[in-house]
Amino acid sequence: MGSETYADWSSQDAVVCRGVGKTWAEGTARAHEALRGIDLDIAPGEFVVLLGPSGCGKSTLLYLIAGLERQTEGRIWAFRDPVEGPSPDRSLIFQETSLFPWLTVWQNVSFGLSIRGAPEAERRAVAREALARVGLAEAMEKRPDELSGGMRQRVAVARALAMRPKVLLMDEPFAALDVQTRAKMQDFLLDVWRDSGASVLFVTHHIDEAVALADRVVVFTARPGRIKSIIPVNLPRPRDPFSPEGEALRRLLTAELQGEVDRAFAEQEALAG
Amino acid sequence: MHSNLASAAVVPRPLAGRPVLSPGMKRALARFGWAVVSVGLFTGLWELLWAIGWADPKLLPPPHVFLGNIPDQARFFNTATRWQIGVNPADGPSPYEAVLITIGATAMRVFVGLLIAAVLSIATGVLIRYFGLFEKLVLPTITLLSPVSPIAWLPVAIFIFGIGNAPAIFMVVVALFFHMVLSTISQIDNVSRAFINVARTMGATKRQIYARVIIPAILPQLLIVLRLNLFGAWMVVLVAESTGVGFGLGQVIMMARNTFNPSLVFFTIALIGLLGFLSDWLLRLVQRRVLYWVPETAGVLRGL
Repeated sequence: MGSETYADWSSQDAVVCRGVGKTWAEGTARAHEALRGIDLDIAPGEFVVLLGPSGCGKSTLLYLIAGLERQTEGRIWAFRDPVEGPSPDRSLIFQETSLFPWLTVWQNVSFGLSIRGAPEAERRAVAREALARVGLAEAMEKRPDELSGGMRQRVAVARALAMRPKVLLMDEPFAALDVQTRAKMQDFLLDVWRDSGASVLFVTHHIDEAVALADRVVVFTARPGRIKSIIPVNLPRPRDPFSPEGEALRRLLTAELQGEVDRAFAEQEALAG
Repeated sequence: MHSNLASAAVVPRPLAGRPVLSPGMKRALARFGWAVVSVGLFTGLWELLWAIGWADPKLLPPPHVFLGNIPDQARFFNTATRWQIGVNPADGPSPYEAVLITIGATAMRVFVGLLIAAVLSIATGVLIRYFGLFEKLVLPTITLLSPVSPIAWLPVAIFIFGIGNAPAIFMVVVALFFHMVLSTISQIDNVSRAFINVARTMGATKRQIYARVIIPAILPQLLIVLRLNLFGAWMVVLVAESTGVGFGLGQVIMMARNTFNPSLVFFTIALIGLLGFLSDWLLRLVQRRVLYWVPETAGVLRGL
């Protein structure tokens, strides 16, 4: 509904979603609705965290905004242009390591440039700069399997930054890391985000991650994924997770999420039984 | 306190200086040792059966018999055209040279066939996934033909190519091609979605995704498939050679059969086993060189 009404909208927002829905395998017996009626605006330079139980469709929304999948309902714009396919403006960073093992670190970082046919000198320069920004300048010639998990994700961030994206889409990028490394990576990400001026859309199911990072937290319901609430976070950074405000926010998010987690759990139990 | 602990942790080392062998060499040596033991056990059993009179030396000559007189065996590797009228039987290569020529000819057929099969099947598999129409036109036929035993192709090989190298190479190609096409397709389908999505977000075209992501991603598995098929190639080439290709190990075995020479059969079998082993090792070296990014895996089940 209302998808055409917004065709002439004139906002300055980085990403605008109106009535976005996605049904996988639509029209078949296996059809299931992952997302329904998503309205979401993301301002330039804003850090938005999508928080929800596993399998609630928040990653699906990320893929739709990235242009890797098409929504079955509603419309998405990025900087006034309708999203019709992938674009280097919107870089996606994945949960699992997605570095190409057959390329060196710098070749991985400059992969997007090599797609465009940039000469090697330029590719090296861009890779060196992007790697410097994630603190891995000395790892240029290494291969991905020589790096730790945290370093690999930093290279993945550098690869995304090398494309100078206006929107960074991150799909649980630190989920595979241990707790200490994850905390370090969050600080690092905030630095990178401030330098780059890009908007960040960050998917997670960790409340602590939302508390540490977000300008706004978007809480999702369980299947089909809908927006339950949008909670602005006005705490100064760097944040102390144990401050009274941090505790209060964590409590609020836990309460928001609890019902959804219970519902998702009951649904899975029912399916299993 | 701290330093005390540290010094206590130092294990007293023998003064014998550095070990002569590196750990890698030691491991290789151990593996070779076990191979010798394994083969030794097998031949020992055979010799034992002969010694107690259970294995008839006329039918199952033990290793010391068929390996005992190599010059005698080598005589049968006749690569000269001595059977032609007017050719001096003493002309042509010496017996040892003849053995080498025979081995070389067979190995050439195996490797040329393997190379052609690999290039053709990878290209076909990629084209099938790349062009939907090509898949619809080609894949059903390939699936239909893949369970056909290579032996069934033997008459076809002779109809088309007569005798010589061509039918033997054709047989190797036909034996490997269909499986390897199907295997290529399944490798392509298993390429990580994340790899493809990364390339897509960076604006890669379909052609670039295939050339720069999918093909490097499937190479490691394909080379393993190629290695597994290497033994198949050795088996098929023997069948092809037994039909008459001038010379080759298969032809020697056929001659041994026709002249009732079990000793020669086992001698040739030993040669083939050794060659198969060596060529596998060679392909493994190639694999390590070409696929520098693949870590050496020992298999998840080792140590269970």
